[in-house]
Amino acid sequence: MEAHKLVKMANEIATFFESDPDPAAVHEGIAGHIRRFWDPRMRRALLSHIDEQQGDGCKPSVLAAIAANRDNLTPA
Amino acid sequence: MYSVKEPDPGTPERKSSEQVTLEIDGRAVTVPAGTSVMRAASDAGVRVPKLCATDSLEAFGSCRLCLVQIEGRRGYPASCTTIVEPGMKVRTQSDPLAKLRRGVMEMYISDHPLDCLTCPTNGNCELQEQAGVVGLREVRYGFDGANHFKQAEKDTSNPYFDFDPAKCIACSRCVRACEEVQGTFALTLHGRGFESKIASGNTDFRSSECVSCGACVQACPTATLVEKSIVERGQPDHSVVTTCAYCGVGCSFRAEVKGSEVVRMVPDKDGRANHGHSCVKGRFAWGYATHKDRITKPMIRASIRDPWREVSWDEAIAHAASEFKRIQAKYGRGAVGGITSSRCTNEETYLVQKLVRAAFGNNNVDTCARVCHSPTGYGLKTTLGESAGTQDFDSVEYADVIVVIGANPTDAHPVFGSQMKRRLRAGARLIVIDPRGIDLVRSAHVEAAHHLQLRPGTNVAVVNALAHVIVTEGLHAESFVKDRCEQPAFDKWKAFISDPRHAPEVTEEVTGVPAAELRAAARLYATGGNAAIYYGLGVTEHSQGSTMVMGIANLAMLTGNIGRPGVGVNPLRGQNNVQGSCDMGSFPHELPGYRHVSDPAVRALFATAWGVAIDAEPGLRIPNMFDAAIDGSFRGLYVQGEDIAQSDPNTQHVTAALEALECLVVQDLFINETAKFAHVFLPGSSFLEKDGTFTNAERRISRVRKVTPPLAGKADWETTLALAEALGYPMHYDHPSQIMDEIARLTPTFTGVSYARLDQLGSIQWPCNETAPTGTPVMHIDGFVRGKGKFVITEYVATQERVTRRFPLILTTGRILSQYNVGAQTRRTANNTWHHEDRLEIHPHDAEHRGVKDGDWCKIVSRAGETVLRASISERMQPGVVYTTFHFPGSGANVITTENSDWATNCPEYKVTAVQVSPTGEPTSTWQRRFGEFSEQQDALLPQTDPPPR
Ligand code: SF4
Ligand code: SF4
Ligand code: SF4
Ligand code: FES
Repeated sequence: MEAHKLVKMANEIATFFESDPDPAAVHEGIAGHIRRFWDPRMRRALLSHIDEQQGDGCKPSVLAAIAANRDNLTPA
Repeated sequence: MYSVKEPDPGTPERKSSEQVTLEIDGRAVTVPAGTSVMRAASDAGVRVPKLCATDSLEAFGSCRLCLVQIEGRRGYPASCTTIVEPGMKVRTQSDPLAKLRRGVMEMYISDHPLDCLTCPTNGNCELQEQAGVVGLREVRYGFDGANHFKQAEKDTSNPYFDFDPAKCIACSRCVRACEEVQGTFALTLHGRGFESKIASGNTDFRSSECVSCGACVQACPTATLVEKSIVERGQPDHSVVTTCAYCGVGCSFRAEVKGSEVVRMVPDKDGRANHGHSCVKGRFAWGYATHKDRITKPMIRASIRDPWREVSWDEAIAHAASEFKRIQAKYGRGAVGGITSSRCTNEETYLVQKLVRAAFGNNNVDTCARVCHSPTGYGLKTTLGESAGTQDFDSVEYADVIVVIGANPTDAHPVFGSQMKRRLRAGARLIVIDPRGIDLVRSAHVEAAHHLQLRPGTNVAVVNALAHVIVTEGLHAESFVKDRCEQPAFDKWKAFISDPRHAPEVTEEVTGVPAAELRAAARLYATGGNAAIYYGLGVTEHSQGSTMVMGIANLAMLTGNIGRPGVGVNPLRGQNNVQGSCDMGSFPHELPGYRHVSDPAVRALFATAWGVAIDAEPGLRIPNMFDAAIDGSFRGLYVQGEDIAQSDPNTQHVTAALEALECLVVQDLFINETAKFAHVFLPGSSFLEKDGTFTNAERRISRVRKVTPPLAGKADWETTLALAEALGYPMHYDHPSQIMDEIARLTPTFTGVSYARLDQLGSIQWPCNETAPTGTPVMHIDGFVRGKGKFVITEYVATQERVTRRFPLILTTGRILSQYNVGAQTRRTANNTWHHEDRLEIHPHDAEHRGVKDGDWCKIVSRAGETVLRASISERMQPGVVYTTFHFPGSGANVITTENSDWATNCPEYKVTAVQVSPTGEPTSTWQRRFGEFSEQQDALLPQTDPPPR
């Protein structure tokens, strides 16, 4: 999966949840959405982009949401 | 005229809590107050002769054939226009009445050609029948005087029906049908007596305002307006009730059949979605089902450059199954998937997702709702708790304010459009929120109170501004919100929406909607009585599609416009069964009934029923499948009845993905654009060739009944069964009713649904279960499905598809009445008479600036690609915005649309593409030339066979 597309998708999800004034809810919203709707290969590709490219292009809220929910987002 | 055996009580049904008892020919009968004497007589089993009355139209009282005598009243009142009164004593038969009626009939017959034996409606003509009923034996006037049949020329300009004025009895049923039923006002009746004439304006039918709905043809008691199919093929011998396979209105029809050949489709007056009305597509455009392009033999080929080889069903199925198995063995379980069809039945859709989940063992299943209403599913589930519209269509009759957002019901949902117009003519107020001046903004006897002509892509800013006005002016329904909605979420939302950045005076700059107009619309919505929102793809097909759906739900909750007739949030769903395909578990994250695959209890339920483990991980959505195909992790796809190569955005990306697949199996009626990339072709069956159910936009489940045998020998559900079996997962069903029984067992909102129950009730709106045994017309009455309604913060975020100097215009896309989506069906009918090419609508200002004249070829370039279309100069568009339809594959409308999509569901942003338009001498772009060559090559690879029998 092309990383730049996944980054764009994750950032757009983040933009929506960022309007919640509660930061915990923002992170939960982003990670929860990705967990509920992304096929494992997409999550895997985003995680490796974060690991290998330091999450190049990702919004800070995406990185924070993923860091806080890494286990849950990692496919079995 | 009504189909052969249907009774016609003469005037419309009245609803009243008050009942009136009267006596007709000595028989007591009780009817609702307001009923006509004619209809009461019919209830009592007495048929009063009639000509100008029919039960789809208000009584008119012009023919004087239905005269009766009423005790204590003088003269002979017309029974169609006389309303029942308690204790009334009516006589319908007497010597004076018989004489009067014969006299009336004599006049009519003296003005009518007596060619009954060669007339197309011989044996099914009300004039003929009534002449018999009144016992006409002679015509004293002779046929020499002024009469209709000498002066008149036939009008055969409409491709589906003829108008033969010689046979007209000037009853005006057609004129009234066009006004009352359809709301188009295309016909007029001029002159009096023998001079009276029906006219379609000053022109023929084809060039008139007529939209070819057929209501006038149905209303005509004679052969004056008659279907060409009846003229050519003769009268039907039986009929089968079934459901239209075009749009999400889901009209019920009687397919009238002669032998095994359909000769006419007549809308069913018992149909609760359409009440006996239809549009041009459902009534007339069914010829595609026997079109010569139908492929009726299975075919396979090793590569898309090879010729197709016709093979047996067994060989094709075995080949497809072995390919899928090979791919999974080599690339992994997740390397294959399926796409269900919103044109197929619920049962067929259910089987395809079951095949993917149980036989492929993954959740890589998706459906075309991905590209249309997936944001509706997400948005309404999040806010209200259920992924569906809240009302039935009839609810509009109780609406005082109707808001239409990003929808064009008169073109895309025509029968509901007519019902809405009826309500508007009766006084409801209308707010249209649309970049384009759609017909509803101003048409015959309908005018919007407010047209918020926003810039494409600014929906959320508009909906926020509306909510801002309602909250800050204190117009919201406080007690509803307090009782019915989550308080903390509301408080958070209220703080958000009250911020001055949402004030219409601020958003005006972004949206282009004048603040005063927006404020007035908000006030009307909040305070005008029952307010109902209807929306379409102009809401969902945006990068903020899901946000906008939630914004709409917020508005409805805020004003208490939910949970009773006349209000609600109503997505107008595009395809006939798009609601059903979503209900049936076509999304990669949800099992049937919108239950997430990660829920262990739900998985356990299906695992037990299906005897296999269910994958707990969500699968790929359609756009993800394309990306995964290009990166090599997805190699095999089973597509039932969808044309993703034409319908999905950024065509060049889609076709690259399809070319990358090792096995593409397409099941369809025709070699559509997708099938040109296929390795296995499995012939599909049309809606006339199978049993099943469709679920329309109001959650109404209606039966589809087999009218003729499948042309290729298998109904679509049987093909999926064969494929599942070959994959090593046999499923056992002898009839689609058993599939519905399984759905009912496994889906809480369907537990009360069965074919027996559908036959009994006609149709059922889900949820249908123990608490709602006859279904649920209006949802969320006492509480929301999720418990309390949830307000969601909907910040406006501008799309990334920005206009620039290079791409200064916004292209938006839409539909037209006569064509249906990718056009695979309607393009193979005479509907092309009205629309034979997609054009680019452009405002005169933008056209002039570019030196474009009406009819010129224009090059349209976006960041994704370019195409060439003819220009149509139109003031429906605002300057800066251009528009096209996407019904013809060669137009390449989706070559220019981009891959931007809704943040939540990846529904493509079809409605906003930044483009540049310039005149060109070349009628084709490079893509169009390549497309043409590729299509020619693919045609040449087809086996040369005889056309299927009609
Ligand atoms: S076909 Fe429909 S629109 Fe056309 S004249 Fe008849 S009723 Fe009117
Ligand atoms: S065309 Fe038919 S419906 Fe219309 S006035 Fe003539 S007979 Fe009546
Ligand atoms: S296309 Fe829609 S409105 Fe037209 S007949 Fe079919 S279901 Fe009805
Ligand atoms: S049917 Fe009553 S006046 Fe014609």
